[in-house]
Amino acid sequence: MEEINSLIHGFGVALSPTNIALMFAGVILGVIIGVLPGLGGANGVAILLPLTFGMAQTPGGATSAIILLSCIYWGALFGGAITSILFNIPGEPWSVATTFDGYPLAQQGKAGQALTAAFTSSFIGAFLAVVMITFLSPVVAKFALAFGPPEFFAVYLLTFCAFVGTSKEPPFKTLAAMMLGFALAAVGTDTVTGTLRLTFGSTHLLTGFDFLVAVIGLFGIGEILLTLEEGLAFRGASAKINSKVVLETWRELPRYWLTSVRSTLVGCFMGIVPGGATPASFMSYGVARRFSPDGAKFGTGKVEGVVAPETAAHAAGTSALLPMITLGVPGSPTAAVLLGGLMIWGLQPGPLLFVEQKDFVWGLIASMYLGNIAGLIVVLTCVPLFAAILRIPFSIIAPVIIVICAIGSFTVKNAIFDVWMMVVFGILGYLFKKTQYPLAPLVLAIVLGDNAESAFRQAMLMSQGDLGILFANALVGTMTTLALALLFWPMISALLGKLRGKKG
Amino acid sequence: MTEGSEGERRAAFGQKSAELAVAAFFFAIGAIVIYDSARLGTGWQEVHGPRPGYFPFYLGLIMCAASLINAVRALLVKHTDDKAFVEVGQLKLVLTVLVPTAVYAGLVGWIGIYVASFLYIAVFMRWLGKYPWWKAAVVPGCVIVVFFVVFEKWFKVPLPKGPLENLLGLG
Repeated sequence: MEEINSLIHGFGVALSPTNIALMFAGVILGVIIGVLPGLGGANGVAILLPLTFGMAQTPGGATSAIILLSCIYWGALFGGAITSILFNIPGEPWSVATTFDGYPLAQQGKAGQALTAAFTSSFIGAFLAVVMITFLSPVVAKFALAFGPPEFFAVYLLTFCAFVGTSKEPPFKTLAAMMLGFALAAVGTDTVTGTLRLTFGSTHLLTGFDFLVAVIGLFGIGEILLTLEEGLAFRGASAKINSKVVLETWRELPRYWLTSVRSTLVGCFMGIVPGGATPASFMSYGVARRFSPDGAKFGTGKVEGVVAPETAAHAAGTSALLPMITLGVPGSPTAAVLLGGLMIWGLQPGPLLFVEQKDFVWGLIASMYLGNIAGLIVVLTCVPLFAAILRIPFSIIAPVIIVICAIGSFTVKNAIFDVWMMVVFGILGYLFKKTQYPLAPLVLAIVLGDNAESAFRQAMLMSQGDLGILFANALVGTMTTLALALLFWPMISALLGKLRGKKG
Repeated sequence: MTEGSEGERRAAFGQKSAELAVAAFFFAIGAIVIYDSARLGTGWQEVHGPRPGYFPFYLGLIMCAASLINAVRALLVKHTDDKAFVEVGQLKLVLTVLVPTAVYAGLVGWIGIYVASFLYIAVFMRWLGKYPWWKAAVVPGCVIVVFFVVFEKWFKVPLPKGPLENLLGLG
């Protein structure tokens, strides 16, 4: 078993004292980020990314940097559950489904039970997803080594078409948001010819829009503006977890093993396909409600109703890293930010990582196991502390968060212009959220725009401008066809629905 | 917002007009992209393959087409079905945060991020939180000291500074 050997080597890399300290630091920061309104996985990682620029230049530093950042991601995934259960405020979009049963449980005085169930099932979902990554990613990477520009463009096409086909937002809004992302990515120097594009003589735009600034503005400032509409106060149940509650809940959890397995499968699938954690959690909640014998009582405070979305959200959030490290195509906005980090540190994401950067890849995979264990320990022991953060009045925490966002935007390129752009992106984020334009494809397009374009242009050079190259062999042809099918899926499904409606 | 007078609950903008405005925004960006791509050339070039404007040109076209469809869909919503996009009370709250934030972003380049952040948090606490003066001075003071230590000393990331830092010899 080559994978096991590589994994053991990876544990050797990840288990250094510095890396373990970084894991705990990352998880704690991540939970805080997940708990705070306006800060989430994607923009939390985006704000802290510039701080790792220095760290990544030391030998082995890139591995430490990715461990820190991925652990922030795990922490944010855990943190979302705390606010959903105690305050009925989903800290993250993927924990909305957790509020359905988690908050009623907390109101009945069973907050400890709900939290334990949420954390444990998050852990299980993530753990199973990491096992899958361990064994599947070398296979995918080996397969992808044979990819040329047309195949890579087909993968990008598939990713973006999947957004149109699977997102719950109107397809033309998804399309418009995505194209805006590509357009923002095109601003600045053209990577192939060196020509300046869309800069209109502005020196600020020479290097283009930075996706980190966009993420911080869209998700951070936009989110705070949305939160404001709901008013300024948080009211929540108090959190107490002691070992007795934990053990009791753990004794109850094996009963829901079937729900866990189903939710993990849904989560892994939705994570690899760029659907992301949010739809995975809703889908898994729906599936559990349909199949559970207690299905009718869902929503009144069933532990199973917490298990299902949390398992799926974590499984999806974790498996979103599989396409990121093997193909260089992230499955979620946060994975997109991590991918951007790799590029900034000078690592080219994609199948070659498994050949050229073994230490990095397997250190990262090993750290996923360890980071989730660290996460479980931290959240089970420190819940009251994290819940206390939400009791800091909004009029203090909101400006502090915005200041942190501003500092994060500035440090990306040491440019004050980016602080202004953050505010602009914040307003756009607020407007887009309220008019149902999805932000995830926008962010992914900013990150991947240049790569997708150069893959396309290289493919066109190979074929001397013949689009037929996207159907030249079975592999690329299948991917392109699948992509087109997904792109037109909203139309196809509407047609099918009409036909079925006529029959009925 | 649990309470509030009739006026506060009134819609400041309808969903329909907001949809139209956002669609117009997308159309405008799409048009700018098409315009600049046309300047760069959208065709085929020997050696380099597609010209720099090729890819963005089609992006712009798709963006304009999609925003036209979105605009038409918004127009088809009947006036009576129009929901509130944002209520007056909500809009006021959003603006009380947005306006100081915009001013703050403008001040950062001028007086440095530390002084601007101090003022921003203090104004926020005093104005929205109704805290006494001394609290509105102590809390932001502590916050910026923490930031200074973390960023300048710990991570060695220099942040923008203004006249005050120069005066204190920290610049």
